[in-house]
Amino acid sequence: MTDNLLTVEGLVVDYASRAGTTHAVRGVDFAVPRGAIVAIVGESGSGKSTISQSLVRSLAEGGSIVSGSIVFDGRDLVRLPERALRDIRGSEIGFVPQDPSNSLNPLLRVGEQIAETLRLHKKLSRADAAAEAVRILDEVGIPDAAARAGQYPHELSGGMKQRVLIGIAWACTPKLVIADEPTSALDVTVQRHVLDRLERLAREHGTSVLLITHDLAVAADRADLIVVMHRGLVVETGTAAEVLGSPKHEYTRELVAAAPGLSSDRLAARDVGVGTASEALTLGFGPRAAATTPNILEVEHLTKTFRLKSAGVATAFTAADDVSFAIPRGSTFSIVGESGSGKTTTARMVARITAADSGSIRFDGDDVTALAGDALRQLRRRIQVVYQNPFGSLDPTMSVTRIVTEPLRAFRIGSRSQRAETARALLDAVRLDPGLADRRPTQLSGGQRQRVAIARALALGPELLVLDEPVSALDVSVQEQILQLLVDLQAEFGLSYLFISHDLGVIRQVSDHIAVMRLGRIVEQGPARIVMASPAEPYTRELLEAIPGRRHA
Amino acid sequence: MRILRQPGIVVSIAIVLLTVAVMLWPSLFATHDPYEGVAVDRLQAPNGTYLFGTDNLGRDLYSRVVYGAFLSLASAGAAVLVGVVVGAVVGLLSGFVGGRFDFVVMRFVDVLIAVPSILLALIVVAGLGFGPWSVALGVGLGATGSFTRIMRSQVVRVRNEEYVEAARTLGVRWPSILFSHILPNSARPVVAYAALELGTAILAVSALSFLGFGAQPPEPEWGSLVSAGRDFVSTAWWLSVVPGIVILVIVLAVNRLARAIGENR
Repeated sequence: MTDNLLTVEGLVVDYASRAGTTHAVRGVDFAVPRGAIVAIVGESGSGKSTISQSLVRSLAEGGSIVSGSIVFDGRDLVRLPERALRDIRGSEIGFVPQDPSNSLNPLLRVGEQIAETLRLHKKLSRADAAAEAVRILDEVGIPDAAARAGQYPHELSGGMKQRVLIGIAWACTPKLVIADEPTSALDVTVQRHVLDRLERLAREHGTSVLLITHDLAVAADRADLIVVMHRGLVVETGTAAEVLGSPKHEYTRELVAAAPGLSSDRLAARDVGVGTASEALTLGFGPRAAATTPNILEVEHLTKTFRLKSAGVATAFTAADDVSFAIPRGSTFSIVGESGSGKTTTARMVARITAADSGSIRFDGDDVTALAGDALRQLRRRIQVVYQNPFGSLDPTMSVTRIVTEPLRAFRIGSRSQRAETARALLDAVRLDPGLADRRPTQLSGGQRQRVAIARALALGPELLVLDEPVSALDVSVQEQILQLLVDLQAEFGLSYLFISHDLGVIRQVSDHIAVMRLGRIVEQGPARIVMASPAEPYTRELLEAIPGRRHA
Repeated sequence: MRILRQPGIVVSIAIVLLTVAVMLWPSLFATHDPYEGVAVDRLQAPNGTYLFGTDNLGRDLYSRVVYGAFLSLASAGAAVLVGVVVGAVVGLLSGFVGGRFDFVVMRFVDVLIAVPSILLALIVVAGLGFGPWSVALGVGLGATGSFTRIMRSQVVRVRNEEYVEAARTLGVRWPSILFSHILPNSARPVVAYAALELGTAILAVSALSFLGFGAQPPEPEWGSLVSAGRDFVSTAWWLSVVPGIVILVIVLAVNRLARAIGENR
C-alpha cells in the first residue's frame, strides 16, 4: 500500500449551458503519492483544467461534480462543507495559476500579497509576516528580495510574477500544490527557470505537486508520474519513462510523436496530391519569371528604432539593429528569439508592413525597401503573411469562402463562380473539409482557422511566405499537422518561408537555416543542423537547453 | 428563445408590433373619421362609442391618435435615420482618416453634444420652417454627435485589428477594406444605440410638436394632440392625458426592446 496524499476516484464533472450538458470529465481515477510530482497532460478540452478546479471546488459557472470522490489526506473534498474547505485552500493546498499577469492584485505590493496569506492561515503578526514574505521571495529566486517586496506587480516581469505566485502557493508550507499551466505564458528560457524553482521547492519541502500542462515534454522533464487525458478520460498512467518509452494508448503515441522537443529532425515533405496543374487552384497565380538570383530574399543592415514616450520622457528602443540575412529559393529561413528580440519587427519589415529606418530589402534581385503605391501592391502578390493568431487575423463577419477569395477580389481575378471554385481547390490543398466553406471563423477550431489563413495566403501564388509564429496559438498535435502541411505545400508550390518562432523545438522541424536574435541583433546564424548541433554562442546554447524534453530525448 | 421567457420583453414586442400595424393601416383600427367631428358629441368622456372620448369639435380622440401614429413615428424614425447615416459617415471618415482631420471633427462633435439637442432642433426648425419633417431633421441632427462618437470609437478599434492589417498585406485597397472589413465590424453598437435613440426621438418630436413647431392643425400628431387638450384640462382631462399615456407606453416599450438588443450582443 503506497501512501497517497490525494486519491481521485470515479470523478465525473458536467457543465450545463444553454446548448445542453457537456461531460467535461467522464470518470477519472488517479492518485498523487506524498512528495511526488504528478503531471496531467492533455490538450485544450481534455478536461485537465476542470480536474484542477474540482480539487478546490472552484469550477467555472455551470460546472458541477456529478459523482466520484476526491480524498485528500483522509478527507473527501467533494463532501466537505465549504467552510472547512476554505481552511484547506491556501494552507494545505496551494495553487499556482496559469496567467501570472491577471493573478496578482495590481493595487497591492507583492510583499503584502504574500504576507496576507501568511496572516490569514498562519496567524502571523504583521511584522513577522512581512519578514517571512521577504524570506519567501528570496527562496523563489527573486534577486534583492527586500526591495522587490515593496514593488507593485506591474513593475515585475512575467517570470518574476510567476515566482511571486509560486511563493504565495508555498507560503504556508502546503502538502499539495496544484500548478495549472504555470509557464505557458512565459518565454522558454524563463519557463525553464520557473520550473526549476518549482521542482526544487517541491523536493526541499517534500510537497506533492499536481502539474497541469499541455506540453508532454515539460511533464516528462519534471514529473515522477504522468497521467494522460483525452476527451475527459484518463487514457494512460505511468512513470515518465514508461509513458514516453512505451506508450500503450494510441493517443499517447500521437502526443509523443507530436511533441516538438522530443522528435528532432526536419519534417519530410509528403505529396499533397492536389497538382499545381489544376486550373481552379492556380487562378490567382501570376506568371513566375525564371530565377535570376539564388536567393529569393536578401536583407542587409536592416535597422528599426521605435520612439517611446513614457511618463513624458522620450526614449528610443532599437527593435532591429543591423540585421542581415538571405533566404535561398525554396528553403525555410527561421528566426528564433524570445519576446522583445526583434524577430517580429524584422518579419514585418520584410513583409513591408513596417517601414525600415535604414538598410535594404532585396526581393528576387530588386530593391523593394521603398516601394509604394501600385508597385507595392503588386509586390504583395508575391509576399504573403500568415499571422500567429488565427483568431485575430480572420474577419469574424466573413464566411470562409469570402476570406479565402479576398485576395482574388482585391486583384479583380476571375468571375464569382470561378473564385468559388478556386476557394474549394485551396481548401482542399490545405486539407480542410470544403463543407466548412460557408462557416464563419468563430465556428472553426484554431487549427482549422490557421488552415484558412494559409489557404488565403496561397490564393495569389506567392513566392515567399512570412510565417509569424504560425503554430504558437495551437495545440501540440495540431501544431504538428500544420507544420507538416507547411512543409508539404512548400514542396508542392516551390515556396520560400521566413519562419518566426520562439520555440526551437518547432523551428528544427521546418528549418533549413536558422538565425538567433537577441535584443534586436542576430547573434548567430547558419544551417539548421550546425546551429542545432554545435551552437557557437552561449545564448543559443541556453535556448537549446531550455527546450523541455531533453532529459528523455 | 430565452428572451421570450421575460414577460416585460414579450409585452414590449407586442406593443411595438401593434403600433407598427396601427401606423401602416390606420383605417383598420380607427372607429371614426379623424377629421370630421359630430358637433353634438363634443367633449365627451371616454365611453363605449368613443374609446378615448371626444374633443371640442366632437372628433373621436381614439381615431385621431390612431391616424397620428404615422406622423409621430415616421418623423421619429426619420430623425434616427438622419442621425445614424450622418453620424456613421462622419464617424467612419473621422476614425479612418485620423490625425488632424479626426481631431477637428471630434472637437466639433464635442460642441454639438454640449448644446442641448432640443435647442439644436429648434434652431433647425426655425431655419427650415415649421412642419413634421423639419422637426425630424432637427432632432436627427441633434443626435448626430453621439452616433459619430460611437462610430468613430468602433472604427479606431477595428482599424487596428489584425485582419485589417492582413487585408492590407493581401493587397486589398483601402476603400475596399473600409467597406468589407471596417464597416461591418463597427456597425453593431451603432445599431443597438439607434434602437435606444428611437424612444428619445419619439419624445423629442412630440415635444416639438407640443410647442407647435411640428404638424399643424387639423393634422393629428401626438404632441399636438396633447397641446390641443391643454385648454380643456380642467373640464376634459382625457384630451391631454390619454395621448400622453400612449406616448409614454410606446417609448417605454421601445426602450425595453433596445436594452434587450444591447444586452444580447
